[in-house]
Amino acid sequence: MEGWGRYPHHESEAIDCRLPEALAGTVAACVGLIGRGNGRSYGDAAIGEYSTLMCRGLSRIRSFDPTNATLTVEGGVMLSDILRSFVPRGYFPPVVPGTKFVTVGGMIASDVHGKNHHRDGGFGDHVSELKLVVAGGEILTCSRTRNPELFFATVGGMGMTGIIAEATFRLRPIESGWIAQKTIVTKNLGEALKALQQTEDATYSVAWIDCLLQGASLGRSLIFAGEHASLDEVGGMPEADRFAAKNEGRFSLPFDLPQWVLNKTSVAAFNELYFRAGARKAAKTSLVHWDKYFFPLDGILEWNRLYGRRGFLQHQCVVPAEDALAVLSGILERFARSGKGSFLAVLKKLGRGSGLLSFPAPGYTLALDLPVTQEVFRLLDEIDEQVVKAGGRLYLAKDARQSRHTFEAGYPRLAAFKELRKITGADRHFNSRLAKRLGI
Amino acid sequence: MTGICKTLLLIGGTSDIGRATALIYAEAGWNLLLTGRKLSAVQREADDISARTGANVLVHELDILATSHFEDFVGVVSPLPDTVVCVVGELGEQSRAERQLEHAAMIMRTNFEGPALLLGLLAERFAARGSGSIVGISSVAGDRGRASNYVYGAAKAGLTAYLSGLRSRLSGSGVRVLTVKPGFVRTRMTHGMKLPPLLTAEPREVAQKIFTVAEGGRGGDVVYVRRIWRPLMTAIRLIPEPIFKRLRL
Ligand SMILES: Cc1cc2nc3c(=O)[nH]c(=O)nc-3n(C[C@H](O)[C@H](O)[C@H](O)COP(=O)(O)OP(=O)(O)OC[C@H]3O[C@@H](n4cnc5c(N)ncnc54)[C@H](O)[C@@H]3O)c2cc1C
Repeated sequence: MEGWGRYPHHESEAIDCRLPEALAGTVAACVGLIGRGNGRSYGDAAIGEYSTLMCRGLSRIRSFDPTNATLTVEGGVMLSDILRSFVPRGYFPPVVPGTKFVTVGGMIASDVHGKNHHRDGGFGDHVSELKLVVAGGEILTCSRTRNPELFFATVGGMGMTGIIAEATFRLRPIESGWIAQKTIVTKNLGEALKALQQTEDATYSVAWIDCLLQGASLGRSLIFAGEHASLDEVGGMPEADRFAAKNEGRFSLPFDLPQWVLNKTSVAAFNELYFRAGARKAAKTSLVHWDKYFFPLDGILEWNRLYGRRGFLQHQCVVPAEDALAVLSGILERFARSGKGSFLAVLKKLGRGSGLLSFPAPGYTLALDLPVTQEVFRLLDEIDEQVVKAGGRLYLAKDARQSRHTFEAGYPRLAAFKELRKITGADRHFNSRLAKRLGI
Repeated sequence: MTGICKTLLLIGGTSDIGRATALIYAEAGWNLLLTGRKLSAVQREADDISARTGANVLVHELDILATSHFEDFVGVVSPLPDTVVCVVGELGEQSRAERQLEHAAMIMRTNFEGPALLLGLLAERFAARGSGSIVGISSVAGDRGRASNYVYGAAKAGLTAYLSGLRSRLSGSGVRVLTVKPGFVRTRMTHGMKLPPLLTAEPREVAQKIFTVAEGGRGGDVVYVRRIWRPLMTAIRLIPEPIFKRLRL
């Protein structure tokens, strides 16, 4: 079994679960168990120590109340399904990550952040209630008022408190399925950080950095700010076009690409084209389909095979605003110099996280992909030290390799989390490879 | 939603093909009545479909082996549905069926007796009204008995023959009778089996086919979901018995 990055690879018994009634018994009967949604976390978070509960079969929507746009779903419901049913009816999920092929359970367990984190918080902030199957098989209802400790440990808790059987959250009403997008071009990282600060009023904002450039152009980026386009903005579009659906994943990589395909020249050429195309759109507002704005990578199914059989790592850290420029330029410089670049890096502004182990913290987050090689591990270890020294941390949903030391330094509320695991018996019951590796 | 307000009765609403079919009809604006052996399980599907599509979905508990309840059930189904789709089926275990009469009988009754009796009853009422579509899900396994699954295959062959007779009888009456043979489908029934991709359909593909043939009126009376199955099964039927029995398919 492996995560989206295809590194590391571990043996674990896959246990199928299709009926909610069967959950309690299955959970009670297993140890060294962890829940798995759609396996879109990159590393070893969704690989159970001994067994892994496949939650995709828990894929039924329980109810939708249009008077307050409240949706209750089973934990294995896919975000793509929610979008397919509800965008045409004028609703959008409160927070979405960069891929729609994730489950609601996975989004809560990772407390995923979207391009609107600076304004709306993480997915967990919008969950009003959840049903959690805890060690022993008991099903507990958790919310901010009922079992609140368990609630805040489960949001961002990477499955280590139990199995999320059901969750309730609100959708946001939208007038169209289009995003009114403004593109800002910045010459370097300093400008990019400033621009993200200035676009804070926008609902959505994100920066794409060309990470091959060095020196004065280090951190050259395109910043995409977006709003759900109003009825006025989409003009006289007929309703069918206002909420037009697009086909999911048209193209998939049928085989692993050999490693030489992704070299410095091909990536540099790609980035140059990408930036020129983006810069052409700068200054004016354009309408972009929601699918393309939020999920550009989903158009290529199985793009993780781009990096070949050895797999790849994603490195995502968050650093407080004060030191962000220094630390993040340090990171970009190291990668540019090492020539281990990815296509692009993504930079976002984050706000406060709510769960005990939630990743978001006020500051800037940088995420980049790196093919697995021996040198990369050493390089990343050094970088992690810089990150935690500046008061930052690494995202567990993307992690495959960080050390216990950097983890412990980055998550100050870890002790409370461990204590809660002990009290509920979760520490002996729910264990992923990530939990073992980091000693949680 | 469009204002068609037709009703689909789906027998076997908790199966993967049943769920996919119900969704396709609901998306097209139909009202649904789903049946299943266990009420809580059908209700879960009904809630899901109505939350996704806004459709009206009612449920009814009905065990396909409880044939003595069929008349009562058909009596209370009101209004009479416009289309009935029966997706009930049980593969069972061939080797167990060879040793245990009870298991063999369960396979035969689930795949033949129950669906045939129920669809037969509904056919009477459809005929009296003079309209409606009756869709039975049979199987390519019914096209020829094979060593590896002939108990299931024989039951499906029975259903195929029953539907074909019903179709002849009702021809010209305004009632359509369709036999759908899905071939391999990626469902709970085939979970864990190695399936040839070219011959294997997704539940949604089967559902879409049922909908277009039953409601669009296109396609024949006997439908193979993937076209390639028709020549393939014709060829298999043509193999002479002395050779076929040695192939141990
Ligand atoms: C292309 C891409 C873009 C991404 N962009 C973003 C982004 O912008 N922001 C962001 O925050 N993340 C992002 N991610 C990460 C992704 O959102 C998370 O990894 C998410 O948790 C994956 O969901 P999943 O259903 O695949 O869960 P899995 O990967 O299967 O599991 C993730 C975690 O959730 C737990 N879990 C899953 N289901 C349950 C359940 N029912 N009960 C209890 N625990 C459960 C698992 O134990 C595991 O710890 C991205 C990932 C990809 C591949």
